[in-house]
Amino acid sequence: MKNRSLALSAIYIWLFAFALIPIALTVAASFLSSSTSELITLPFTLSNYQSLFSPLLLHILLRSLGLALVTTFFCLALAYPFSYFMVKSKHQSLMLLFIIIPFWTSSLIRTYALIAILKFNGLLNTALLKLHIISSPITFLYTNFAVISGLVYTLFPFMVLPLFTNMERFDFRLIEAARDLGASRRQTFWRIFLPSTKPGILSGVMMVFLPAMTLFYIPQILGGARSILIGNLIQNQFLVAGDWPQGAATSIFLTFILLIFMVMYRKPWSKQS
Amino acid sequence: MTRIKPLVEITNLKKSFGSNTILKDINLSVYPGEFLTLLGPSGCGKTTLLRLISGFETATDGQILLDGHCVSQLPPQQRDIHTVFQTYALFPHLNVYENVAFALRCQKLPEDEIKTRAHEALTQVQLTGFDKRDTKQLSGGQQQRVAIARAIVNRPKVLLLDEPLSSLDYRLRKNMQSELKHLQKELNMTFIFVTHDQEEALSMSDRIAVFNHGHIEQIGTPREVYETPESLFVAGFIGEANIFDLEITKADAKSACTVIEDKEMCCNNTGNFKAGDKIHMIIRPEDIRVWSPSEVKDKDTQVMLPATISEITYKGKTVDLSVTLASGRVIYASEFFDEDDGDLDYELGEQVFVEWYSGWEVLLPYEK
Amino acid sequence: MKQLIKHGYLSFVFVLLYLPILVLIAYSFNDAHFSLSWHGFTINWYHILFQDEDLWSALINSMLLGFGAASIASLFAFIVCVHLFLQSQTKSSNFLHSTLLMMIILPDIVLGISLLVFFNLAHIKLGFTSLFIAHITFCIPFAIIVIQSRISTLNVDTYHSAIDLGASKLRAMTHIILPMLWPAVLSAFLLCFTLSFDDVIISYFVSGPDFNILPLYIFSLVRMGVTPELNALCSITIGLSMLLVLGAHMLSKKETI
Repeated sequence: MKNRSLALSAIYIWLFAFALIPIALTVAASFLSSSTSELITLPFTLSNYQSLFSPLLLHILLRSLGLALVTTFFCLALAYPFSYFMVKSKHQSLMLLFIIIPFWTSSLIRTYALIAILKFNGLLNTALLKLHIISSPITFLYTNFAVISGLVYTLFPFMVLPLFTNMERFDFRLIEAARDLGASRRQTFWRIFLPSTKPGILSGVMMVFLPAMTLFYIPQILGGARSILIGNLIQNQFLVAGDWPQGAATSIFLTFILLIFMVMYRKPWSKQS
Repeated sequence: MTRIKPLVEITNLKKSFGSNTILKDINLSVYPGEFLTLLGPSGCGKTTLLRLISGFETATDGQILLDGHCVSQLPPQQRDIHTVFQTYALFPHLNVYENVAFALRCQKLPEDEIKTRAHEALTQVQLTGFDKRDTKQLSGGQQQRVAIARAIVNRPKVLLLDEPLSSLDYRLRKNMQSELKHLQKELNMTFIFVTHDQEEALSMSDRIAVFNHGHIEQIGTPREVYETPESLFVAGFIGEANIFDLEITKADAKSACTVIEDKEMCCNNTGNFKAGDKIHMIIRPEDIRVWSPSEVKDKDTQVMLPATISEITYKGKTVDLSVTLASGRVIYASEFFDEDDGDLDYELGEQVFVEWYSGWEVLLPYEK
Repeated sequence: MKQLIKHGYLSFVFVLLYLPILVLIAYSFNDAHFSLSWHGFTINWYHILFQDEDLWSALINSMLLGFGAASIASLFAFIVCVHLFLQSQTKSSNFLHSTLLMMIILPDIVLGISLLVFFNLAHIKLGFTSLFIAHITFCIPFAIIVIQSRISTLNVDTYHSAIDLGASKLRAMTHIILPMLWPAVLSAFLLCFTLSFDDVIISYFVSGPDFNILPLYIFSLVRMGVTPELNALCSITIGLSMLLVLGAHMLSKKETI
């Protein structure tokens, strides 16, 4: 037991040192200032948080929220029927594997592939032109459309997995019972199936919404320099502007917003269950 | 009881978890070759005692001797005691043979000796030929037997069984009870068995230790604890009991008298009570006789209590009755169907007379 | 009709999912530098790929980092989970649960910058050490989740039973616990390896100039302008992953039969 206690203490110390302390330091740093010579110095100040309440940041925050919500919506819309059909099919494990394989390859690489498709003279435009749907190429790249496509494409498996896990456990005999009692197709779906998938939807939404807010490299690649989202802002503040306290404050603020979302989101649903 | 040296001697054992005392001042001797049952309701400490004996818990105070040697400080591996767990806890990745052979492998015995002894153990639990089977494919009863075989293969001095039959269905349970008893006698091994089922305890044990809230209320043979319970708890826990709270009106060396339902009743003064002492009188339902008025002569009814039948439950072997006495108190009677008394047809509301076999009452000092 | 919708929709989504990947693979064989039109088949880019030293060193670094971080994170997770499993309730498990929950909720980016601040204040130079520490740290919660979910299905009495029958603690651990748990530890390892190998955000903040890792190397290339050499790399990675995953799938199927 002694050996194990030693190893266990080492792990707890590790987590304390490399997870808790850094985060505490960040919180502390958000209240400090920066100067030309030092990244973080005294005096203590609230100016970092004050500067958060600027129209610029509000704009960036709202834009990030908007994009994240749209991404989450499309992921859900695509994944929900997909998971349902997967549950109903015979080759479940194989399909699950094929969803996961892209996940095994670098998301950067896959995002890069999207460029080839969305470029001005890329595949999508070429195909649309050939099919005579459009007469001249559309600029897809560096638009919100591109960013959302990239996010949805990357985060799609994260929505499918929880939904699938949840739907797999659904007892389909309940549907038979409901139909037997006279419920229509629509009623059966809204009253029986949908409510039971709520935990799956909740997990999926969380697993997509949170990264959608904070992934900065996909918007950067597909959206260009104009597409500043909150993730890019933080990255900027830290590594370009060198204003660590400000970056720290923005990060804490972001975490706070996400926490509120999570709490708000969970409450009505956990009450219902 | 002849002067045999106990195999296990537990003296002044106490176990607390923080401020919570689970076992207080336990003194218990276990004799070689006996089937001892630790009986009690959930949470009374019997499983904790078992864990103390096997070595998975250390006592807060007191000591445990095995064959004269103090084992209180020894880890479980070094005590010559093995346990059959309630959940069987078979090793899922090993087949039946390997499960049974495990203890032997830990001792690094030669392969052929392992084979012989493992097969011997499997035969003793009637699982010959089950060597290669996957434990997950076995029935509850079969898994039970593997767990037992695994524990006896090493021929431990004491085998501990922690409610091993509680997850089996009724019929299987009854079968396993007699099989375990049979096995124990065959192996001449000391078994310490834990259960909360008093019927199980009565049918299997050589002696029963009745536990209540961390201390032992009584240790005795099944007959002793049933016929002469030493406390109200034991009387109520083992078998059914009608309990009368009474006061002694007259007493001498031989008999003590009291008043029940305005009638004076006298019985043997087993507890040397004096007039004025408060007592509990305990009468088992099967010792109560219920007579319909047509069956008894007037003069006999002087010593019987009049009553009305308030509930009838036919149970095949017996008919269980609830009868309400004149004062409103309800007592329970259990009558057996036998050749002597063909007439056991009762009706609800019927007026009857109630008496009990003299000498079968148990008198206990009053407990608050 | 229902079947048609089902198969149609499933195929549609799979096509969407794999289209970019197929594009990548196709163009890795294209004999042109930047153009998208087909110029002829070539495996020239694969040749160049194999000679690109920077890329190779980044790849090897990522693999070393991934392997190391995954091993240690899995080991840590194994120790923690087994300890909790054998001890049932302790105060320290609450601390652990809260910390892990916090780490999972926290966005990557916040963990990344926190570690940057920490390394700066602790005067730890940014490079392999900082990356290694960071990767182990963010992998631990995932490894714990994987192993914990498997361990919760096990019966702790099997361990006690082994001890009771005479096994030493070490023997009980290696002969009883480990055989029951190794698939979960392996899954945790593979998951951590993937997370580490693919990590961009945290690595972005805590990496240094002299230890180049693959995701960051690709990131810089993608921003500058890409050569089909990168496509070749992607094709190989995807091919390998597919083989690995399909292989694992076949193996698991064989075991159940």
